[in-house]
Amino acid sequence: MSAPAIEVRGLRRVFRVRQGLFASPREVVAVDDVSFSVPAGSVLGVVGESGCGKSTLARLILGLLEPSAGDVLVDGQRLGGMDRRARARLIQPVFQDPFASLNPKRRIRDIVAMPLIAQGDVARADIDRRVGEALDRVGLSREQGTRFPAQLSGGQRQRVAIARALVLRPRIVVCDEPTSALDVSVQAQILNLLAELRRDLGLTYLFISHNLAVVEHIASEVAVMYLGRIVERSESERLFAAPRHPYTRALLASVLTPEPGLGVPDVGLGDTMPDPANIPPGCRFHPRCPVAIAKCSTEAPRPTADAAGLVECHLA
Amino acid sequence: MSALLEVADLRVTIGSTAAVRGASLTVNKGETHCLVGESGCGKSITALSVMGLLPRGAVRETTALRFAGEEIGRYGERQMERLRGDRMAMIFQEPMTSLNPAYTVGSQMTEVLRRHRGTPRAQAVDRAAELLARVGITAPGLRLGQYPHQLSGGLRQRVMIAMALMCDPELLIADEPTTALDVTVQAQILRLLAGLQKDLGLGILLITHDLGVVARVADRVSVMYAGEVVESAPTAALFAAPEHPYTRGLLTCVPVPGKVKRDEPLGSIPGVVPRIQPGFAGCGFRDRCAQANAACAGTIPRREAAAGHEVLCTLPPGWGGAAAA
Repeated sequence: MSAPAIEVRGLRRVFRVRQGLFASPREVVAVDDVSFSVPAGSVLGVVGESGCGKSTLARLILGLLEPSAGDVLVDGQRLGGMDRRARARLIQPVFQDPFASLNPKRRIRDIVAMPLIAQGDVARADIDRRVGEALDRVGLSREQGTRFPAQLSGGQRQRVAIARALVLRPRIVVCDEPTSALDVSVQAQILNLLAELRRDLGLTYLFISHNLAVVEHIASEVAVMYLGRIVERSESERLFAAPRHPYTRALLASVLTPEPGLGVPDVGLGDTMPDPANIPPGCRFHPRCPVAIAKCSTEAPRPTADAAGLVECHLA
Repeated sequence: MSALLEVADLRVTIGSTAAVRGASLTVNKGETHCLVGESGCGKSITALSVMGLLPRGAVRETTALRFAGEEIGRYGERQMERLRGDRMAMIFQEPMTSLNPAYTVGSQMTEVLRRHRGTPRAQAVDRAAELLARVGITAPGLRLGQYPHQLSGGLRQRVMIAMALMCDPELLIADEPTTALDVTVQAQILRLLAGLQKDLGLGILLITHDLGVVARVADRVSVMYAGEVVESAPTAALFAAPEHPYTRGLLTCVPVPGKVKRDEPLGSIPGVVPRIQPGFAGCGFRDRCAQANAACAGTIPRREAAAGHEVLCTLPPGWGGAAAA
């Protein structure tokens, strides 16, 4: 097998936040010693609640943020120090809100052309041709290419964002909540499109979502993040069939499938909300954990890895 | 069961858009009625119509709008003000936009009671603390003195719910109350609402786009599309035997763990929700519908597929067989 499409080693990112005018800045560890690799052509889903560090992880892997420690390797090459244009040819983002990520004053075809123009060495004729191909790929017409973002629906705008991500023919696409702002019928269209593109173009996805059902549908492997750490990672079928971390179990329990008569489950997490600026000692999940034992509040569990994945829990 | 809220043939026009086109629904005492649909289908406008909170320039017509047996359709602003926050209350998706950032939780919560009932401050504070505890907030005394920005999203939504309950309403309208929350917190808030409803006998009109939420909390479901209620049924019947092509399509779009294999396409509905202009005739879904025929451009019959299960469609009931499981 060739080099993994994405490899992350000991990745850490610390933010310094000042919480008052005279308060000394505090450190928020958004991503804490995260390591994993994603084989080429597969999809790693990353799930977790807001504030767990999943979007920071995406930005680190895209090279939009500098890590405080650790390395990101994309296609076998270190991201740090890589030329921006070379990086753009390898890895591209698709973000949640297609309204916020598309310039409202530019025509669709110009938005999609921008990564090619930024490369600086693509001929005008090639740009037009490749923009046309990218629009075809995502199911937009040439005529739609002449419009402005405000003239398109949410689903069409997300297609534009995908076309822009694909126009440089990258190997890897980082999707950060790509369907969260969309209606269900449109979400299904976009998920189907992403799956088809991955198959046809041999793409690798890092797919970040808070929606576990969506992740289950698209990801071959799933990583569960809690307060900056990956607390469980495994092949998708196994994670959904036999979750090992109590947090994973709670997340799965809170998925409301459209099955009447089952009521709303008690996920058993209590009231304490996780605060990234105030990470508890011991296991960081212990204040909410329904099965915590004494050791959990004092001693941080080490990750145990086997062929099938990784779990970080004293009880697993 | 007796009807708490009855809306008959509601029509709302905003500028050149027919936002609601003849919607009817009933919420009984102690019942949760879910209004489900995609953005722009008219569900929020329906809720705001009931509360008398439509945007300026919106025109509302109904043949009946009854609350607890009383026709409120002709109520003026004064009379509606007396009803809102008192006998009918509403909670919204994003609590941060409906809580005033400049006032403490306590002063906002007590204002409702002081205004509607003239309750003395000390008593109102007691009631607020009691309700915060009721919605599962530990240390209510501390929270009363805090400002909205000091609370997490889940706590803010609990505060909104507690505030809505200050005057013991009979009807609670909740517009996407858990959409902005994490799934774990969503489950807690929905359990809380279900518990409150059982204890207080509330009628709830819950607006959501999430069919998972609908399946788990609703007694009755109305599916809205392009300003119309296209299907209405008891929850179990709607999921077991959906009749309207839109309802059926919507159900196949939702990814359910273990149901559709990875890389097999999910069902999807081609096209987008149309913007309907006044004077539009026929079925609003026909351009996206695989079953559409010539009759769909005419007047659409409202048919009864089973007792209490109504469909707005030209197709005969049972046309597609049972739901694809």
